[in-house]
Amino acid sequence: MSQWPSVKDLASDVNSGRVSASEQVEKALKTIEEKKEFNAIIATLADRARQRAKTIDDRIKGGENVGRLAGVPFIAKDNFLTFGAETTAASNILKGFEAPYQATAIERLEAEGAICVAKANLDAFAHGSSTENSDFFTTLNPHDKSKVPGGSSGGSTASVVLDMAPFALGTDTGGSIRLPASFCGAVGYKPTYGLVSRSGVVAMASSTDVIGPLTRTVADSALVLDIMAGTDELDSTSIVKDKLGYELSPTVANLKGQKIGVISEYMSEGLEPEVKDSINKAIEALKQAGAEIVDVSLPSLPLALAVYYVICPAEVSSNLSRYDGQRYGFSKQDTTNLDDIYKQTRSIGFGNEAKRRIMIGTYVLSSGFYDAYYKKAQIVRTKLVKEFEDAFKKVEFLIGPTAPTTAFGVGENIADPLKMYLTDIMTVAVNLVGVPAISVPCPVSDKMPIGLQIIAAQHQDRKLLEIAQLTESILK
Amino acid sequence: MFCYTKSNMAKLTRDDVLKLAGLAKLELSEDEVDKFTLEISEILGYVEQLQAVDVEGLEPTYQLTGLSNVMRPDEIVDYKIERSELMKNLPAEEDGQIKVKRVLA
Repeated sequence: MSQWPSVKDLASDVNSGRVSASEQVEKALKTIEEKKEFNAIIATLADRARQRAKTIDDRIKGGENVGRLAGVPFIAKDNFLTFGAETTAASNILKGFEAPYQATAIERLEAEGAICVAKANLDAFAHGSSTENSDFFTTLNPHDKSKVPGGSSGGSTASVVLDMAPFALGTDTGGSIRLPASFCGAVGYKPTYGLVSRSGVVAMASSTDVIGPLTRTVADSALVLDIMAGTDELDSTSIVKDKLGYELSPTVANLKGQKIGVISEYMSEGLEPEVKDSINKAIEALKQAGAEIVDVSLPSLPLALAVYYVICPAEVSSNLSRYDGQRYGFSKQDTTNLDDIYKQTRSIGFGNEAKRRIMIGTYVLSSGFYDAYYKKAQIVRTKLVKEFEDAFKKVEFLIGPTAPTTAFGVGENIADPLKMYLTDIMTVAVNLVGVPAISVPCPVSDKMPIGLQIIAAQHQDRKLLEIAQLTESILK
Repeated sequence: MFCYTKSNMAKLTRDDVLKLAGLAKLELSEDEVDKFTLEISEILGYVEQLQAVDVEGLEPTYQLTGLSNVMRPDEIVDYKIERSELMKNLPAEEDGQIKVKRVLA
């Protein structure tokens, strides 16, 4: 049982003066302290959060309505630029960096009265599927400390499941919100590409990076998304939000006549038996509730991971070239010339995974190999885009597992980068084609959670959240 | 869908890795060179499967939502960020300017 009511109810309780924002911040900070051993948090913003809470409480005493997130504490993945603590992206090279401005997403949440209380751990620069690539420490799965929480938004997800705050923010470049949601038993939402401004978020692969919420319920995700979504002049890739917004009413359409396609490629061999069983039961429950279930094949899906591991490192190598030890973060100053400061700063400051991706990216973008790797991957990506478009002509939603397995053991895959990459096999295609997707917890017999992934066409975020809320109520 | 065979083909040599590291301004230890030669070869072996895909008549997808040439008015916007806030992260400065090491060795 969570100590937090729904985000909506909490904000209304704070606005009405029934509870105070300060009490909420103290509750969050206390839980963070009590559950320190899970390594979900890199730093708290205790001073700033307490100050903001006091200001909010004063305004409410003065009769003001502070907003739709009044006094609601939240936790941001440490690749969001925030005031009140360093922003490190869990990397040594950004250690000591104090952001001079905040991410648009943070600003929009704060404008509605939300209070950022802490920064969560991640795989450094969001490169990874387990948080083991954090340059600082590995986050542990809230359900079993010998297991990983998934990544890269593993700290954010664990923090919500550990009840540290009502919601957390993550980023999803190849599955980094949905995978930990599946491994930890949270709701994780990846919006349509461009729906949430990325201004002030440390860039990984810019053609697929998105921002989204991690929450206990679909309704909480929908409300948080509604506040963050929409165009921003600081991000030229941002898109307009749905006219109706994303906040859900408690009574939404039912499943009768909804056409849902089960992705054949995701249900084929290689799926862990428990996962297959759990997903099949969820599908059966949707059928019982009136949904029309059909099988849908997207034949190029098995290529998605290969496409991703060309395009993503290419964009990573370009985005990480800004870390040169000249303007911010770690800098190896005791060197003799400019070239040495670049080389030594980057060699000390970047971890293994960042170095690996930078070099792969440099390779696939280099003049002799550009056409064979990078351009070819972008063309195969078009094949995926077309197959998804065709699928959404036949069905409204696609479903399947979020991941082929439940959470794996700490250390199990760390020595084999390719095996680690395969963790993302069911999530990356969504990023490559820019569609929205959500991971919703399924009922499980064992203690380790399993996520059901629901996918919709671009810009259908509202419909996706509606059906996810229905699914959540059916699976409960 | 989830099967993969590890390519034994030594895709990259140690010299290739050293060259890549140089282009990316990274210095690697001997152990790192060995490790990355193996790992990057394996990953390139995995993505090799794209070569066999028939993509006749298809164009690359670089942008997903169809946006192009997004313009803003050419006006100065005051974001209320103090110069000192931007300068506080500098590793080295002199007279309010970024100080860099000499360019020629």
